[in-house]
Amino acid sequence: MLKITDLVKRYGGGDPVLKNLDLMIEGESVVSIIGSSGAGKSTLLRCINRLVEPTSGSIELNGTELTKLRGKSLRAARRKIGMVFQGFNLVDRLTVMENVQSGRLGYISTFAAITRRYPKEDVRRAFELMERVGIAQYADTRADQLSGGERQRVGVVRALMQDPEILLADEPTASLDPKTSEQIMGLLRDLAGELKLPVLINIHNVTEAKEYTDRIVGMRYGRIIFDDKPAALDREAMDRIYSGSPHADRSEDMREAS
Amino acid sequence: MSETRDTWQKPPFIANPVIRWAVYLGAAVYFLWVGATMPIDWARVADGLGRAGRIFGGAFPPSFERSGLLIDGFLESLKIAILATTGGVLLSIPIAFMAARNVAPLPVYYIGRFVIIVARSFHPVIVAIIFVKAVGFGPFAGVLTLIVYSIGFVAKMLAERIEEIDFGQVEAMRAAGAPFLSTMFYAIFPQIMPRQIGLTIYQLDSNLRASAVVGIVGAGGIGATLANAFGRYDYDFALAITIVIVGVILISEGVSGMIRKRIG
Amino acid sequence: MSSIAEQFGREDWTRFTPKQRWRRFAIFAACALAIAWSLSSIEVVWAWVWGAPAQMGDLFGRMYPPDTTNLAEILRILWQTVNIATFATALATLMSLPVAYLAAQNTTPNQATLWLGRLILVTSRSVNTIIWALLFVAIFGPGVVAGIVAIMFRSVGFIGKLLGEAIEEIDKRPVEALEATGASRFKVIAYAIVPQVMPTFWAVAILRWDINLRESTVLGLVGAGGIGIILQGAIDTFNWPEAATVLLAILALVIVGEVVSAFLRRRIL
Repeated sequence: MLKITDLVKRYGGGDPVLKNLDLMIEGESVVSIIGSSGAGKSTLLRCINRLVEPTSGSIELNGTELTKLRGKSLRAARRKIGMVFQGFNLVDRLTVMENVQSGRLGYISTFAAITRRYPKEDVRRAFELMERVGIAQYADTRADQLSGGERQRVGVVRALMQDPEILLADEPTASLDPKTSEQIMGLLRDLAGELKLPVLINIHNVTEAKEYTDRIVGMRYGRIIFDDKPAALDREAMDRIYSGSPHADRSEDMREAS
Repeated sequence: MSETRDTWQKPPFIANPVIRWAVYLGAAVYFLWVGATMPIDWARVADGLGRAGRIFGGAFPPSFERSGLLIDGFLESLKIAILATTGGVLLSIPIAFMAARNVAPLPVYYIGRFVIIVARSFHPVIVAIIFVKAVGFGPFAGVLTLIVYSIGFVAKMLAERIEEIDFGQVEAMRAAGAPFLSTMFYAIFPQIMPRQIGLTIYQLDSNLRASAVVGIVGAGGIGATLANAFGRYDYDFALAITIVIVGVILISEGVSGMIRKRIG
Repeated sequence: MSSIAEQFGREDWTRFTPKQRWRRFAIFAACALAIAWSLSSIEVVWAWVWGAPAQMGDLFGRMYPPDTTNLAEILRILWQTVNIATFATALATLMSLPVAYLAAQNTTPNQATLWLGRLILVTSRSVNTIIWALLFVAIFGPGVVAGIVAIMFRSVGFIGKLLGEAIEEIDKRPVEALEATGASRFKVIAYAIVPQVMPTFWAVAILRWDINLRESTVLGLVGAGGIGIILQGAIDTFNWPEAATVLLAILALVIVGEVVSAFLRRRIL
């Protein structure tokens, strides 16, 4: 269970990007976060695994408070949070297997990592997962030889190799063509079911969000203004999420304050 | 799924195992054997630490007492660099045209390439000792040396630029009935001029560095001053010279980089 | 911008505006002055200058035909020259790794180490190999050790600088991804940074080897080992035919070196 309470993130001295945000994700649901660019979706996801340092507030994953962790314990917590990226973020010059095994780096010894002597169970798990997503034949291929969809599958397998308790996906399909994009979304939904894994997806494509996820969270300028079943996302809710500008939002703040 | 593999090995860098092991073994044997048979006088090397102590002890603090000598040496280096750059660049232009495949007939092309290869292959210090023997000690040998050195670089780069030019412009001039020289001035020079200016500035900087070195074998400039200081065990003066050389090189690198960026 | 009517009314045209012309003129004048100053004040016996072509012709005349009686010895020392270059490059490459790590802004632990790394690079790069060789001959005595150490000291700066720049230019996204998996700093470097700089690493090492091959031919002139000693000996005794053989051997070595490095570059990259 992921529980976010009163989360604030401010870059420098400017306006906060996340404003006293609360969010709870239970069980093995697939949740999508929608909202226009700059709404703070990516920052929210990155606060969870602390790629971005939250300014204040609390993030709890299965009872562990994440915001106070440092060094070794932070790394241990990160092992339990898988992440899939918009740009895939693979190491191009390494083989697919090495990229996939890099999800295990938090678990294996430095010697094993450098000599590429991966534990047998890790290799078997990697082949199973790669077989599952259809990239097992590429184990020895360099990552830069693959197509976009295949690369994202590698990214997904890398995250799953971490044996995560939650999977974060930051615009996983934004760099893909529509057909591949649907395949990846379907894959994320199916894997969530098979592995009993909660998945949190930032997404631009509202149609995909409605089709592939169980719950939609709508964000606007650092706030959650919609949180419901996909069916409840009507025209009016869409307008509220996607209209306005940061400036208009700020003046709204001031009106509320006065 | 039937049975899943549980072993994996990174595909080796060299696929053929025979060649792979031959390369590894060859490298190991080379380094061990050559390392073991190098003519090294270990006792003398072991002395080095004490000597290093004495040398650095003698070098600190650096002595700027004979700064007149230092400045004269530097001015001479600067003159050598300026004259060598002028001469080298002027000579490089015809040589570059000779060595450009798209403008030169084949025999001329080979001559041009040969000149460039020879000029590039010999370290300036080797060129310098030959010139010193031929024309005597002093800055003139230094100028000749750095002319050769400039040709090796400027002519090569310029020839490459000429080979890349847009030939359509040349054809347009020819079609307009322009004579050979006009074609050169209107269709070829404008295309290579920016590169030429950039190369000249770079080469001036490079020649200034090199002039510090060729002096060590007698070709004038600050290098001669440095070699003398070393020869007379004046380590404090040698350190002062080295510090000034480093400073001037850094300044000259900065200035040349700045000018090239503005032109570029 | 002048009006169209004005432009049509004109029948003179100049390439540059007056201001541009003045600037160009000033630059030309400065160059001409610099050259004139150099020419007038350089300490040269002009009689020697006019005699130079004859002198050079005479020199090359005496070099012909090259004397190959000492060829075996020349080739042996030539091989030693190659070994100096190769050993020094290999050692310098290893030593430049930690320096590049310190001198790259995105890997260096803190500001102090960044400046330490940069100081090492600048010192190493600004002092020429021959000057390093003068120093190390004074320390270690004449011989290959001084030569190897001199080339190493110069190469560390060269390799370290290029490698450090390569580290600064890597794609940062894989680094972020591996940090997100909970991998330690060292493993992130090994998996996300090292593979990205490998091509530059090899390219720079090969390039430097090629340069060092040339540099090692002159170490002997200051007593630091290699073919330069034979060349110096031949020239000092006016044995020009043998000097010619040595020069041809050096030419061959440098050309072979260039072919080998071009081959390696194609194989590895």
